[in-house]
Amino acid sequence: MQRFWTILLVLFLGVTLAGCAASKKKGGTVEVEDATIDGSGADVTTGASASGVDSDDATAGEIIIIDQNDSDVDDPLGQRVVYFDFDSSNLTPEAQRVVEAHAQYLTSNPGMAVVLEGHADERGTREYNLALGERRSNAVSQIFQAMGVAPDAIRTISYGEERPISMGQDESAWSLNRRVEILY
Amino acid sequence: MVTSMKGFQKALALLFVVAMVFIHPGSAAAALTIEITQGERSGIPVAAAPFRWQGTGDPPENLRAIVAADLHRSGRFDLLSPADYLSSPSEVSEVRYKDWRLIKAEALVVGRITEKGPDQFEVSFQLLDVYRERVKVGLRYTANAAQLRQVAHQISDRIFYEMTGIKGAFDTRIAYVTMQLSDGGDRVYQLMIADSDGHNSQQILKTTNLPVLSPAWSPNGQRLAYVSFSDNQSGANVWLQDISAGTRRPVARFDGSASAPAWSPDGKSLALTVSSRGNTDIYVLGVESGELRRLTKHPAIDTEPAWSPDGRYLVFTSDRNGRPHIYRVSRNGGKAERLTREGKENAGASYDPTGKRLVLVTNRGQGAGYQIGVFYPESGRTDVLTDGTLDESPTFSPNGAMILYATRMGRDGVLAVVSADGRVRQVLKSTEGDVREPAWAASR
Repeated sequence: MQRFWTILLVLFLGVTLAGCAASKKKGGTVEVEDATIDGSGADVTTGASASGVDSDDATAGEIIIIDQNDSDVDDPLGQRVVYFDFDSSNLTPEAQRVVEAHAQYLTSNPGMAVVLEGHADERGTREYNLALGERRSNAVSQIFQAMGVAPDAIRTISYGEERPISMGQDESAWSLNRRVEILY
Repeated sequence: MVTSMKGFQKALALLFVVAMVFIHPGSAAAALTIEITQGERSGIPVAAAPFRWQGTGDPPENLRAIVAADLHRSGRFDLLSPADYLSSPSEVSEVRYKDWRLIKAEALVVGRITEKGPDQFEVSFQLLDVYRERVKVGLRYTANAAQLRQVAHQISDRIFYEMTGIKGAFDTRIAYVTMQLSDGGDRVYQLMIADSDGHNSQQILKTTNLPVLSPAWSPNGQRLAYVSFSDNQSGANVWLQDISAGTRRPVARFDGSASAPAWSPDGKSLALTVSSRGNTDIYVLGVESGELRRLTKHPAIDTEPAWSPDGRYLVFTSDRNGRPHIYRVSRNGGKAERLTREGKENAGASYDPTGKRLVLVTNRGQGAGYQIGVFYPESGRTDVLTDGTLDESPTFSPNGAMILYATRMGRDGVLAVVSADGRVRQVLKSTEGDVREPAWAASR
């Protein structure tokens, strides 16, 4: 039943309030340019030329996540994001409760695929944060698997510090960005 | 038929010329401009007279300004202000050495730009030893307008070499990533290449909502490896892009994600980070063979590999003892040795060309945030060179004299250059949004 209302809400928000109440993830596109710069000679310098060609366009599907503020805070299933302490992938008791509720839901609804998206705040190097996001999403994945969710149904992705929720540069912003989003 | 064929060829030639004008990077406005943020007057005092323009209209480029900015940015020179010059020679025969001894210049640069024809110029310069009253070096170049900046960087390289004995690195290229928020809230990423001073920037990749990070130049400067995402469904992967051909491919498909590419000095291998089933370790991939070899095996995070200049070792970041620190491992694997012990954390290290110093991101604790440091493995000492709170991605110039890194000005990310001794710092100010992830090419 919960799932039904979730789908209904997604459809409603997707049609009427996209980008407002829901945070919308747009499909990615890629354009590759080519450029040529010749090396330089001893006395006569050679110039540079470039030509641009768009290629390799790829548009992925759209994923819509419901902002947790619009959800029932007492229902852990209504929370799709769990938060972490700085440089930590340990789940807080609250996060544990949310993750376990989703794990239960997924085990009772086999066949559903879930994506666990790990994120980090901007402190520390980008590559370290990519690994930290990976470790966070994996920490959630471990609980899912321990509670019986099929490993094949789980996909983990880390975006490191590249997709912050809050653009601020203080602890209140950082605490929102250290997260795993549970997407299904 | 013959005439119409000629007409067709003419039209084709005209089309080609028009196309060249539109796509020529020299015609693009400079996207990065230099802003001097800090400079101590402790380098060699050098005077650079304005290059004399011998032609019609305005000079096509201010060569003196480009050379002066290059020399200042290196931290080795104190550029004396033209307002104090008593004369303005453009050639050794016009120089009165006492004019320059009076303002305490040790060396003097003089030069000319001469218009030789339509879009054709001759540039000459001389570097003079003010106390010995002799020419240290003098050279002549021919170029078109679009090539004049490169000529200026080559002049800077020659002056730097004559004055320091170290090969100059101004006529080199850098890569970096920009991110701009579109009106629709999309994150638009561009992978850019530019001259070492940020001018002549060109976009070589543009993605929407798919982050781009960690560009790494191949040793011959022909290819860039970088991290990006192919869609919203799969994790990070390492891509290889041929710069002149404009083609790219993922280096391999991994069970998990791949990131942090680092070219071996011979250009045959890429060290990279592979995250699989929650474990992040360092691997070495044969660029052509595709053969993947695991280098570290530890449940902690191992990432950000970088090769020693002789190719025998790799340094990397690991949190195996709690906080991130720098470790070193043989290219054949085996036990990793911890290098950094000072500071709360250290990450993102890479070697200078001598292999005696590492540049890294250091956090000294007590809420100091992240700065750029130079670490000496032999003594264990770290010199902190910057004073930002989120400084990162340091990259040595090919001659080891300067370090390019990413810092913040307000909310925006900008690139900055600090001399390797920390004396001079300059911001390369951008109009391209949030700028980050610089990488300095080893060769042009």
